[in-house]
Order: sequence, then C-alpha cells, then structure tokens
Amino acid sequence: MSGRETVEPETTGARARHAGAVTRHPSPKEYVRIAIILAVITALEVVVYYIDAVRDLLIPLLFLFSLIKFTLVVLWFMHLKFDSRTYARFFVLGFAGAITLYLIVLLTFRVFGG
Amino acid sequence: MAQLGRSMDVHVVESEHERTSTGLPHLKLAMWLFLASDCLLFGALISTYVLYRGASRVGPYPAEVFDIPYTSVSSFVLLASSLTMVLALAAIQRGDQGQLRVWLLATAMLGTTFVGGQVFEFTTFADEGLTLTTNLFSTTFYVLTGFHGTHVVVGILMLLTVLALSFAGRLPPERAMTVELVGLYWHFVDIVWIVIFTVVYLIPTGTPGGAQ
Amino acid sequence: MATVSVPGERRSWLVRRPRSTTGFWSWVTTVDHKRIGILYGITAFAFFVVGGSEALLLRLQLAQPEQEVVSAAVYNELFTMHGVTMVFLVVMPLSAAFFNYLIPLMIGARDVAFPRLNAYSYWAFLFGGVFIYSSFFLGGAPNGGWFGYAPNSVLDPTRGMTFYSLGLIITGIASTVSAINLAVTVINMRAPGMTLFRMPVFVWMGLVVQLLLAFSLPIITVGLTELFFDRRFHTHFFDPAAGGDPLLWQHLFWLFGHPEVYILILPAMGIVSEVLPVFARKPLFGYQFVVFSGIAIGFIGFGVWAHHMFATGLGPVANTAFGISTMIIAVPTGVKIFNWLGTLWRGDIRFATPMLFALGFIAMFVIGGLSGVTHAVVPHDYQQTDTYYIVAHFHYVLFGGAIFGLFAGIYYWWPKVFGRFLNERIGRINFWIMLIGFNLTFGPMHILGLQGMPRRIHSYPASLGLGFWNLVATAGAFLIALSVLVFLVNAVASFRRPAEMAADPWDARTLEWLTTSPPPEHNFDEIPVVHSLDELWHRKYAETRGGRVVPVPAGGAGDEHEAVADDSAGHGAGHAIHMPSPSYWPVVAALGLPIIAYGLIFNMWLVGLGVVVVLVGFYGWILEPSAE
Repeated sequence: MSGRETVEPETTGARARHAGAVTRHPSPKEYVRIAIILAVITALEVVVYYIDAVRDLLIPLLFLFSLIKFTLVVLWFMHLKFDSRTYARFFVLGFAGAITLYLIVLLTFRVFGG
Repeated sequence: MAQLGRSMDVHVVESEHERTSTGLPHLKLAMWLFLASDCLLFGALISTYVLYRGASRVGPYPAEVFDIPYTSVSSFVLLASSLTMVLALAAIQRGDQGQLRVWLLATAMLGTTFVGGQVFEFTTFADEGLTLTTNLFSTTFYVLTGFHGTHVVVGILMLLTVLALSFAGRLPPERAMTVELVGLYWHFVDIVWIVIFTVVYLIPTGTPGGAQ
Repeated sequence: MATVSVPGERRSWLVRRPRSTTGFWSWVTTVDHKRIGILYGITAFAFFVVGGSEALLLRLQLAQPEQEVVSAAVYNELFTMHGVTMVFLVVMPLSAAFFNYLIPLMIGARDVAFPRLNAYSYWAFLFGGVFIYSSFFLGGAPNGGWFGYAPNSVLDPTRGMTFYSLGLIITGIASTVSAINLAVTVINMRAPGMTLFRMPVFVWMGLVVQLLLAFSLPIITVGLTELFFDRRFHTHFFDPAAGGDPLLWQHLFWLFGHPEVYILILPAMGIVSEVLPVFARKPLFGYQFVVFSGIAIGFIGFGVWAHHMFATGLGPVANTAFGISTMIIAVPTGVKIFNWLGTLWRGDIRFATPMLFALGFIAMFVIGGLSGVTHAVVPHDYQQTDTYYIVAHFHYVLFGGAIFGLFAGIYYWWPKVFGRFLNERIGRINFWIMLIGFNLTFGPMHILGLQGMPRRIHSYPASLGLGFWNLVATAGAFLIALSVLVFLVNAVASFRRPAEMAADPWDARTLEWLTTSPPPEHNFDEIPVVHSLDELWHRKYAETRGGRVVPVPAGGAGDEHEAVADDSAGHGAGHAIHMPSPSYWPVVAALGLPIIAYGLIFNMWLVGLGVVVVLVGFYGWILEPSAE
C-alpha cells in the first residue's frame, strides 16, 4: 500500500465519490446483458473445440475466451469496476501471485516443452 | 496538522455502521482477502493437474470419458447462477424481499443442479473405469473438481441460510452486504469453474499413442 | 468520566450467553484479544518446553558416537516432532501472542476486527497441536521430518505422517483465518490520524506477516491434502510408478516453507525495532527503510523457495535464478541491521534485559544470515546441504534470531500485560546462560557440517571424529534448558509481587503504554488521536531548537491531545463502552476440526459427526449477535 493518506474516500477516474455517496450499481438489465455475453462466449468456446480448422489456435483462443469471461464476472458481477481500488489490489495480488508462482513451478518441470 | 483535520473528517463511503480507516466495511475487505488467498489454493490444484496432464500410464484417458456437451450445459448452469445471484443482490438493494427470495432460491437450485450434474458425471466415469485411484488423471481430476464441488456445496448452504434469514425477517436492506458477501464467494466459485472448464475439459490432453 | 466495559447480558435462548469475566469458563469463552494473546503465549511456551525436551533427547543420543539412547525409529519421531513443534506450535503462536495482544493497542483500537474469529483461531491451533501430539499414543508420531518429503512420507507404514498432514491443515486453517482477521484490523481499525506510516514498525511487520500467511498457507494446504490422499486413499500425486513426481511435494512445501521462515522472523524483527529505540532513547533510525525492507523481504521471500532444492536436479537455469534471488534478499535484511545499528549509535543505552536480548538477536541473526548467504552460492550449497552446517544456520536465525527477539518482547511487555516487572537480575542470568548455551550448542555445528556430518542420522561411527563437538553441543543444549528454567522461575516469581505498575514504566514511545498496565478490557478510556509516529513520545517530549529533548510541561499539553469519545454504541461520551461479548461458539466450531480429522483416520462416521459439530458451531455463531 502506498504512503498516501488512506483515511479519505478514494476516487476512480471521472467518478469522484463524495463522502456518503452510494457507489454505482448496474441495473438488472445490464446484468442480463453481461450474462448473455458470457453465455455466447461459452458457446463459442465449445464450438471452437469442435472446429478442426482452428485446432492450432485452439489454446490461445480458449485462453482469450476464459480471460474475457473471468474479467466480465470479476468487474461487473463482483462489482470491482465500481468499488474501491483496495479490493482490486488485494485480489490482483493473490491472483497474479498465484499465476506467477505456479508458472515458475511448471517451468521448472519443463511442462511447456523447455 | 492539516492531516489531523482530514482524519477527523473520516466519512464512510461504503461502511455505514462502523467507522473504519479506509471507509470500507471489515467483512467485505476480509472476503476479498479470503478470495485472494483462495486463488493460491486453486492455483496449486490446477497446476498439479496441468503438471500431470498426459502423464497417466494407464487409462481411461480424458478424451475417452469427457462428454463436452454435457459439461458445457453444466457450465451454462453455473454461469446462469451468477446472474441470478447478482439479481438477488440488486433486489435487496432496492428493498424487494420477494424478488430477493426468488433469485436466491434460483441460485441455490442452479447450484444444486450443477453439483448434481457433477455427481452424475463422476458416477458415469466410475462406471467407465475411472475411479479416484485409477491413474494420475483420475487422481488430479477428482481432487480438483472435488475441492471445487465442495466450495459450491458450502455456497449453497450459505444461500439457503441467507434465504432462511430473509424469511425470518432478519434481512432488511441495511443488511444487503450479507447477500453481497455470499455473492462475492459465489462468483469466485464460478470463475474458478471458468478456468477449470477450459484447462481441464476443453484443452485437449494427448494420450500415449497419439490418439486424441 | 467513568468508562467501563459492559459484559454481555443474559438472553433466554437455547444456550445462555456466557457472561462471567473471571474463572475458567471466562477464559474458554473469551473474545478479548488480550486474553487470547495470553492463551497463545502460555500454550506456545508449554509446547516450547516439550519441543525443547525432544531436542535434549536428540542431543543425548548424539552426544557420543554409536549410541542407542533411543532407537532410530524413535529418533526419527523426535527430530520430526521437534521441528514441527518449534515451527508451528512455538514460534508461530508466540508471535501470534504478541500480535494479538499488541496490535489493537498499538493502533489505538479496542479489539481486532472479528473477535470471535480470533478466539476460533486460538482454539483451532490448540486442538491441532493436541491432535498432532496424540499421534504418539495412536500409532506413532510423525517421523518423516518437519518437511515431510515424498515418497518417504507417503510410504511410511506408521500413522504418523497422516497425523502430520491433517494436523497441519487444522493449524493452517487457524492461522489463515487469523491472518485475515489481523490484516483487516491493521488496515481498517487505526485510530484517527494514524496513517500507515505513523504505525509502529511492529504493526507493519504484523501486516506483512499476515499477508505472507494468507498467501502461503493455501499452498501447503494443497500439498498436505495431496499427501493425505496418497496415504489414506492411495491416490498417485507423488507416486512415481503411476507417473507422479515426488518433487511436486517439495515445490508445494517450500513455496509455503520459505515465506514461512520470514513469517517466523519478521515478528521478532518488529519487536527488536520497538525495543531498541526505547532502550537507546533514540527514535528508530530510518523508519521508512525498515518498513520498506520488511515489505521487500515479504515479497522477495516468495521468490527464493527452490534454494531448498538446489541438490534435486532442477538444472543450471533454475539454480542460477534462485541463487541470485536468494542473494538479493540479503540486501533488505542487511538494511534493517544497519538501521538498528544506526539507532544504537550515540544512543543513551540502558542495558536492561529486553535490550540484552535485542542485542543478542542482532549478533546471532547476523551470524545466521551470513551462513545463509553462503548457502546461496549453489556449488557451496551442494557441499552444505543435508549437513549440520544447515542445522547451524537455521538455528542461528530461528533461535538466536526469532526466540531471542521474542524473549526481548517477553521481558519488555511483561509489565504491560501482567502489571509486574520480571526481575532484572534473574533476567540477566537468563540471558547470559541462554546466549552461552545457545552458542555452545549450535556454533560447533558449523564445524560438524563442514566436516561432513549428515543431518537426520540417529548415530555416527566413532571413526569419523565427530564425537568432541557433538559432546560440546549436547552440553550447550542442557545449558539452554537451564536458562529456560531460570526464565520460568523469573516468571513465577513475578506473580509474588503485587500488580502495581505504572502505565509507562519504560518511558516508551508507542500507544500501548498510554493506557494502564494491564489495560482495561476496553483498552483505552478514550481513543487517542494520533499526530505523528511515536505518538506517545511526542506527547511526553518536545525537542528544543538546540536539539535537546525536554519533557512537555505536564497539564499544559492537555488541550491539544484530543481523544475521540467513543461513540460506537451511539450513546455519546461518558457512557459505558460496549465490548463484544464472550461466546461458546468459537470453541464448538473449532472442536469439529479434530473430530473430522480423527474420523478421516479411524472412522468415517466420526467425520459426519465432526461436520455436524462444525455446522452447529457456525450457525450458533452466526445467529448470535456479536455483542449484547
């Protein structure tokens, strides 16, 4: 955590939150829209799995799709897009830490053909 | 001294009941820390699976047992449950107890469907010769998905508990954060599944002999 | 304005809310961080005596070549349990004792963020420790080393390593939950004006340790689960015949195990950072550097784990990378040492017992750190690994470092916690016997290691010429035991004196010395408003233009030091402060864990019972308000 004064409310981007203000929540309609996108991407994942033509691109595509779904759920459903940066910082710390550490472990086992 | 003035002006942005240094509620901060820590847990299990991918000396192998269309439906179910979860939260935030209960129940039912689907999937695999100790694939697969499934079951318990609290009249809009916290946990379990579905099911595992 | 803590009121329910503040049950149901800290401390010390006794048996066995004081099988249990005990049941809970007691006081709070969860952590720790030790009577204690390397840990036919895997999962749950609790406390419950960079170094180190715990414990939980499954259900995680790799265990273990050693040392470093300024009557030199170094150590600590695996054939690229990262981590550690020396330089030093132990820490830790740096040189480590040279290193940093630091803390904060001093003369005797005994025990191990004495052997041939230094080491071990006895005498004797202690007997710098000794249940009558680092010091002293430190005139400063009248109950100043009420549920919920564990070993029905107990505990907890 930085040495910034932490007792004041934090601001994100253009949306400066004043003391006592309620954080913005997406409407149910927006949530449904996100869910539809998630469903479509999942369908795409399955479709891509079966298409032989893109076999070589399968893994990068699947990673991309999961990344998008992951991000959508975390940012919208888990509300990180609208919430205090503090939550995001801790979550990213754990998530990025996990990816880094385990990637190194797998590398030492030469899992990726090293 | 200027800082003294600012510190006396501490205003809670989210935390309306307790005065906190960051303006954030204790429980929500704790939940995010817990979820961050849980990333390390699932990361280890997933890495174990990835490490041993294709290393089983005997079958059955993944391609022989996986039923992708079936598991895709499971994935849709879990994703849908995230939607119902967030709709439940939206309901209590606008004070709608009735809708809250409907969506909470829907989430719990979808979660139960998911778990039921997994149980069916596992028993099918077992019938096909893939039990816990059959090979490396079974070892890593069942423990990973078992951990995830246990997390889902705990989540369902929490959902039903919150539902019961609502029926008991103990969940006014001021306590919306309780639903929010259960929601955060639930969505996390969903995103872990997003990773598992891709890494375990969709990314193909070669079998000795090259068959795929 | 009288302020008083209000105990929980009765409620007619299934179970009456406990309300006693004295007696046995008040300790079982306490949610007060100070009492929980004392419970951790006493329990940890009891395990210290047990773990130390195990060490004495080891040293007796090794005092001379080719002895059979204990059999090889028993020897394996002893060295395993010595390690498990000292790491998980002594140093960690002793540090937890200090964190629990002091963090809320040092940040000007009344308790931790989740008091009942705090109690739960203590009971889960206690039950986990008892569970592991029960293995001695239930089929054999863990015997595969504290590090439990596969495939040996999987294949050992006695029950010990099963107890190991489940027991450490239980204590791991306790620590993870406590880590989240204390992290939220530090981040979220600081007194008005206490920004992060006005927190005492001890609190900073506390925060770093909690984050290290939260992120490293899940890794070993998975490793232990996989070990348990391999043993109990015959899965293949570490089974080479099925394609498994025992090295996976080592990665998972050390990914946790290395951050773990920083978890073990940072609290003691925090203590030393508090003790030195008080007994040198000088502010800590380079506060920000000390803080950032602690953070850096925590961070880099996650990047060095494979230095425990140099001899496993990782290859030159991995070895080089981890060798470099291990050397790099010596830098922030060195920074701290220079800052401590800078604190001492030209200080007005009082050689009271806390200061003696703090100085002992610095000297012993430097020695241990230097041998550590030699391990980082990979070819040299090939020679040292699995020899007594390594044993020397980690005892210098963990005993000479962590334990000495914790003793400094015990002597320093004893008057605050118990309202009496520990005797100075006996304290000096305690220190010197411990210092001499410690060096006699572990100093020679450098030599033994370089002469080739392997670790974890139950006897050695006479022809190797290792007998002399082993005998010296054994003598030293008994001196250590004597010094611990001296401490116990000091501790017991202190209670003969009446508890009349000033709030600030050491003329200290941090907020815990603002309130009475011991503090009331609610910690502070009024929450202090903080204006600077070392807030208490600045309330007592000002600096003249010539740089002299002069006392602030009594009474004159009264107006400036606002306190926040506690309004948490919404009743306004002058009314009773409502503290969280005692509760049975944390104990109940914690009790479910060992029941599940015994069930997994002996009888699956017991698992069901344990789950029910956990659920009952949690539902009772959720449905009960935190304060009544």
